[in-house]
Amino acid sequence: MAAYLLQRVSQAVIVLLLVSLLIFMGVYAIGDPLELLISPETTEQDMALARAALGLDKPIWVQYWLYLKGLLHGDLGVSFVYNTPTIELILQRLPATVELGLVAFLFSLIIGLPLGLIAGYYSDKPVDDAIMNGSIFMFSLPNFWQGLLLILVFAVSLNWMPAGDRGEVGTFLGIPTSLVTLDGWRHIFLPAFNLALFNAALIIRLTRSSIQEVMSSEYIRYARAKGLTNRRILLRHAFRNIQIPLVTVLGLELGNLLAYGIITETVFDWPGMGQLLINSIRLSDRPVVVGYLLVVVTLFIIINMVVDVLYTLLDPRIKIDGGRA
Amino acid sequence: MTSLIAKTLGAMGLVRMMRTRSPFAFVCLIILTIVCLMSAAAPLIAPQDPYDNVQVDFFDANLSPGSVSANGAITYILGTDALGRDLFSAILYGLRTSLTISGLAAILALVIGSLAGLSSAFFRGFTETVIMRAVDIKLGFPTILVALIIMAIFGAGFFNLVVALVLAQWPYYARTARSAALVEMGQEYMDAARCLELPVRRLILVHLLPNCLPPLLVVFTLQLAHAAAIEASLSFLGLGVSIEQPSLGLLIANGSKEILSGHDWQLIFPGLALVILIFTINIVGDRLRRILNPKERQ
Repeated sequence: MAAYLLQRVSQAVIVLLLVSLLIFMGVYAIGDPLELLISPETTEQDMALARAALGLDKPIWVQYWLYLKGLLHGDLGVSFVYNTPTIELILQRLPATVELGLVAFLFSLIIGLPLGLIAGYYSDKPVDDAIMNGSIFMFSLPNFWQGLLLILVFAVSLNWMPAGDRGEVGTFLGIPTSLVTLDGWRHIFLPAFNLALFNAALIIRLTRSSIQEVMSSEYIRYARAKGLTNRRILLRHAFRNIQIPLVTVLGLELGNLLAYGIITETVFDWPGMGQLLINSIRLSDRPVVVGYLLVVVTLFIIINMVVDVLYTLLDPRIKIDGGRA
Repeated sequence: MTSLIAKTLGAMGLVRMMRTRSPFAFVCLIILTIVCLMSAAAPLIAPQDPYDNVQVDFFDANLSPGSVSANGAITYILGTDALGRDLFSAILYGLRTSLTISGLAAILALVIGSLAGLSSAFFRGFTETVIMRAVDIKLGFPTILVALIIMAIFGAGFFNLVVALVLAQWPYYARTARSAALVEMGQEYMDAARCLELPVRRLILVHLLPNCLPPLLVVFTLQLAHAAAIEASLSFLGLGVSIEQPSLGLLIANGSKEILSGHDWQLIFPGLALVILIFTINIVGDRLRRILNPKERQ
């Protein structure tokens, strides 16, 4: 196990180095950041001084080395716009993104699991067809347009729910979160629902195909022979065995929540990391863009690693070294 | 020539199978064809060129659907936007851009990804390790995030968008092509072809590729729909096509500014067009998958 973990961590470090190099080269080599920072009237001499002060006169690989050294100290540079360290800006926004993702994840399970169970149980019946076409419709809806429609209907026309910002923020265990206030829940409902639909469609499809597979197995036939009720067979015997494939899509789900969260946060004016990214791109605030991308890539590598380890822990048939017993 | 006829017949067979197996998917296929034809013929059938300032009358701004233009020449069946452009024409031009970008990207990704997947199955060893490791790294991240990162670095524009989509989508084809090709590599006809000492190019393109096509076709339809959705999303965020190009995402972004002024048709209709496009492609792809899957074939 320790050897496996070590291998995974070293792989992750290599990927992270590679990605940081790509992003660094992409963002820093393409344009001269000085043109953004300095007014057009500056003299040549001042330009050279500023260039030296910012370390931009050094060769590109030296700049990258210095940047890497900064990264190891948790230093992602200072934002051009806010003039605060990038890492602080991002960490400030993290709780909002995480709480939106968690609620959306919960919603997607509440919507996805029952529908998937029904579709799998009545497979190839009209109910199944309707649910499956419905799930295709759910992931065909562009996230941003669906969000705007939700705002149009529930916030503008019906005026049931607010359509922007986090609302009243309380603290729980020292973390600022809007999940402890009623106003916060009113604010999170629409964006979380918007973010959940796409994942719910994935869960429906996965649950259905897993249930279909399980329902044709011997032990289900045996349970039927014992005269158990359909309800008990489905919920107790079949459902338990589809939990492993469900956990393996967890990583995929979390990834989607982070990625599509960027769009949902922008549409609903939710003050999370994704909104920060889009605003920073619009303001060409490069340190924040690079910092955000690095933080997100790190998050993804961690998620993928945790899911892989979880998978091996849940299913004893899969050996740690990756082969099947 | 004979192979062309065979292919056409094969495609017709697929369409016929779709008609008998799933009438709903067949209807979707017809709608999709109509949408594609209408967007291809946009300059001919659109009432006006909404991106030609000479033809657009600013005093017709924000007219509701069904209104007639000030000079009586055009009936705006879907209304006009805040700049007085005919929304129906703008949607047709937007669909054209969406289809061009996503189609181009999907075809390029199909070609690059399939070649990468086929060669990794054919050569194995080091080639396979390098290609599949690259695929694994990419598949750890959602497509939209990869496309967004690339657009954030290189900036908005038609060409950048196609490149971003290709870079984000080729691994799906590579993975599918490789797993299909690995099965085919074990078949006797591949051994026979190798014994003939045919050139590698011929082995891969003439013998291996045609037998790996069905699953690639399914991935193509699903990725095409995904590409259209991503194009619109990125354009909506201002990271897609440049601002003067017609795009459904930009039309929706403009419509979203009118959300409080009651001109909701500017938000609803471009989105509906996009949903129709994506939904019909997805349904056709889904049924294609079922028809081509030997397990589900009756």
